[in-house]
Amino acid sequence: MAEDTLEPEPTRRGFISWFLGTSAGAFLLSVLYPVGRYLIPPPIAESTAGTVTLPIKPDDVKPNTGQIFKFANRPAILIRTPAGELRAFSAVCTHLNCTVQYRPDLAHIWCACHNGHYDLNGKNIAGPPPRPLDTFVVNARGNQIVVSKSA
Amino acid sequence: MLIPPNRHGRLWTWLDTRVGLAELEKLLKKKEVPVHRHTLWYYLGGMTLFLFMIQVATGILLLLYYRPSAEEAYESIQFLMAEVEFGWLIRSIHAWAANLMIFTLFIHLFSVLLLKAYRPPREVTWLSGIGLLGVALGLGFTGYLLPWNQLAYFATKVGTEITGVVPVVGPFLGRVLRGGDEVTGATLTRFYGIHVAVLPAITTLLLGLHLFLVQRHGMSVPPSVEQAGGPRRTMPFFPNFLLRDLVGWLSALAALAALAAYFPTELGQKADPFAPAPAGIRPEWYFMFMFQTLKLLPSYILGIEGEVVGVISFGLGGLFLLLIPFLDRRTARGEPSHLFTWIGIAIIVYMLILTYLGYTMVPTQ
Amino acid sequence: MRAVGGLGAVAWVALLALLGWPSAAAGQQRVESCVTCHLETGDDRLADPVKRFGEDIHSAKGFGCVACHGGDAKEAGMEAMDPAKGYIGKPDRQQVQTVCGRCHSDARFMKRYNPALRVDQVTEYATSVHGRRLKELGDPKVAICVSCHPAHSIKPPSDPRSTVHPLKVAETCGRCHADAKHMEAYKIPTDQFQKYKESVHWRMMSIKGDLSAPTCNDCHGNHGAAPPGVTWVGNVCGQCHAVQAEFFAKSIHAKVFAQMGAPGCAACHSNHEIKEATDAMLGLGDNAVCAGCHAAGDKGGKAAVEMRALLDSLSGESEKARAILLQAERAGMEVSQAQFDLNGAKDALVKARAAVHAFTVQAVKKEGEPGFAIGAKAYARGVRALDELQFRRKGLAVSLVIILALIVGLVLRIRQLDRRS
Repeated sequence: MAEDTLEPEPTRRGFISWFLGTSAGAFLLSVLYPVGRYLIPPPIAESTAGTVTLPIKPDDVKPNTGQIFKFANRPAILIRTPAGELRAFSAVCTHLNCTVQYRPDLAHIWCACHNGHYDLNGKNIAGPPPRPLDTFVVNARGNQIVVSKSA
Repeated sequence: MLIPPNRHGRLWTWLDTRVGLAELEKLLKKKEVPVHRHTLWYYLGGMTLFLFMIQVATGILLLLYYRPSAEEAYESIQFLMAEVEFGWLIRSIHAWAANLMIFTLFIHLFSVLLLKAYRPPREVTWLSGIGLLGVALGLGFTGYLLPWNQLAYFATKVGTEITGVVPVVGPFLGRVLRGGDEVTGATLTRFYGIHVAVLPAITTLLLGLHLFLVQRHGMSVPPSVEQAGGPRRTMPFFPNFLLRDLVGWLSALAALAALAAYFPTELGQKADPFAPAPAGIRPEWYFMFMFQTLKLLPSYILGIEGEVVGVISFGLGGLFLLLIPFLDRRTARGEPSHLFTWIGIAIIVYMLILTYLGYTMVPTQ
Repeated sequence: MRAVGGLGAVAWVALLALLGWPSAAAGQQRVESCVTCHLETGDDRLADPVKRFGEDIHSAKGFGCVACHGGDAKEAGMEAMDPAKGYIGKPDRQQVQTVCGRCHSDARFMKRYNPALRVDQVTEYATSVHGRRLKELGDPKVAICVSCHPAHSIKPPSDPRSTVHPLKVAETCGRCHADAKHMEAYKIPTDQFQKYKESVHWRMMSIKGDLSAPTCNDCHGNHGAAPPGVTWVGNVCGQCHAVQAEFFAKSIHAKVFAQMGAPGCAACHSNHEIKEATDAMLGLGDNAVCAGCHAAGDKGGKAAVEMRALLDSLSGESEKARAILLQAERAGMEVSQAQFDLNGAKDALVKARAAVHAFTVQAVKKEGEPGFAIGAKAYARGVRALDELQFRRKGLAVSLVIILALIVGLVLRIRQLDRRS
């Protein structure tokens, strides 16, 4: 600020420079902060209509159990058959769109609303459902379960 | 930016000998901006440029999360809005800045038109400017489809159908634009390529030419001011005008931030080609006057389909707008040209009325 | 059965001799003499069966007149109808089941045409009210095979034109059962058809096109048609409403209703005019069915009121969560995961409503509890989304202040520059 002495109003000019610098710095921060946060990848991995990575570990799905997960905004069901195989189906009953569940006692999929039964291939085997459940492809990669629409 | 350029440090000298900063400084200092009662309009070009820069920056950020396919586009934006921090902000700013940019671009265009800034030797500047308008509209049209939601899908369907009306080459053009006979994932991929690569590249070229010519010819002084004579005041572009520009840009940014926070861009429902078209499909506001004109035209005019007449008229209208510097001989000779002033006003009034009608008329009519 | 078997064999021989196999018959266009004469007489009563038979399933499978009526279609004149050649003419009412049963009760024979088709229709018919009255009393008005499967235009139930297609069954049964004059002697109501048309089941079937919704035969049986006994109504409804039936079977009402002679499910839901069950049926309010037996003072009445309160509060909670999430969504917040999770509350509500049939507060509470937790969580997510909106606005305020400060600084600098020049 050697020049300031040449100015008629050294303090005023100095103040304006300081004020401008500070507010410009703050402004830069207020722009960089959201951009920086934006660049950090979110903790939840991205899912798409085609595939979804479940927040479930393969080991946590015991044989002869099933659980519901979200697949493209619709419920889907992941089951591990008594034989130990992982399978996934749409969990929307083909009768009246209730959410189906896994019945360990029957060892197959069951809809509570009107007693619809589906076997472990998603095929409607008893009750009102007119069609089988849509089948998805399950891949267990290491510690992850990835479900995708069958091609 | 705020350091006066006469404060030369060691770094300055080092850079100057290698890059030639002094020449740049001379260039900046040489540039003067005329001061008169119409100076206000000079800010609009810069404002449009600033908004374009915002588009580039936010567009690049959006590219980091966006996936251009029918299966994933909608979901990737849903993810961006829900999970990515400030994703909503970046997307909303991109959408709002696009609208603001086209708005300021139109005002810039009309100010240039009415103040006759297109007269020699600035004809090429005008041509490149009209080119930029076309590119901006193209960016708006292609960008609208990218979220792959219901409204965008059907608006694009209607929009691309209009190209099919063009005689002879129309159906072919429609197919090329859609990447097939229907609006599908292929259209999305195509629009994505056009939106992020083709049009930005063309913009860069045209914008470079436009800015170079503005620098070369300086600001045009309206004929009315020139004729009034008097001592012409000027102000240095750097820093006086640029600082004023900055004030405008910051205000625009503040407005954008407020719009993004209070009216974040919605995502709507995912596009479903088999769903019935939702009610109230309308194009973006800057296409509304054309859309409404086509709607109001009778089905046949002199034995030709109304839509065909409409589309051809808009084509000719665009051509007329492009060629104004060459048609307006009086202005070129330095004489007052009231005809073209009135034509300019007529265009503005026409667009305003048709846009108004587009938003107020009952859709079934 | 031996006689039937013998008749079957005769028909068989005739069939093979006359028609060959359907595939073989396709080559040489056969014209039965029955068809020729019946069409030529000009008498509609004689021509009509021939004309209609073209779209009969049996015609499509290659059977001709002789298959049921006997005789010899190769003979050109009246000899074709020689009783010596097995001609029986129009089977009488008692005979019809035998004629149909000749093939339809023969598993080995039916297998060649439709291996999935059951072969116990005649046996079942014998257990039905219709069959019993026919056999024991020779009742001339009861339904026989052709009452529901019109002779000469029989179509499989999967054919929408068939009289026994799910959408037509009620009408077919109603032809007799809704006819007060026809039913006069039996002293049973004739309003079932009309009532059924008001039921939720018919609405599902006719409006929503859900062909699995029950019609007459799903509860009464078809060939073995009979009213379900009071004690086993629950089993019939439980075919589809399994959860409710299970709760009910273990409940105190199962025993009490049996003692009272009240017809299980139908005691509250009625039988033919089954309306969509609503929460209003529970409790002691105006439309509550509990109020028929219980009063505010007794134990059952208290339980009913308490269960109703539970359901109301659960649906209220989930509605509240849905509303706030919708509000957040409208404000541009992305809450699709929370909205999805809220479906769990709806599931819990459905389960809790089913648990009402246990008639204990604990059962409803147990099924409904997860719903309350899910609803509360979803509501909290909605609140958080709206808070986030507030945070955005605060962030906006901060950045606007910064921008304003920068603008002020720039304006001061501009004025300074202007003063100097």
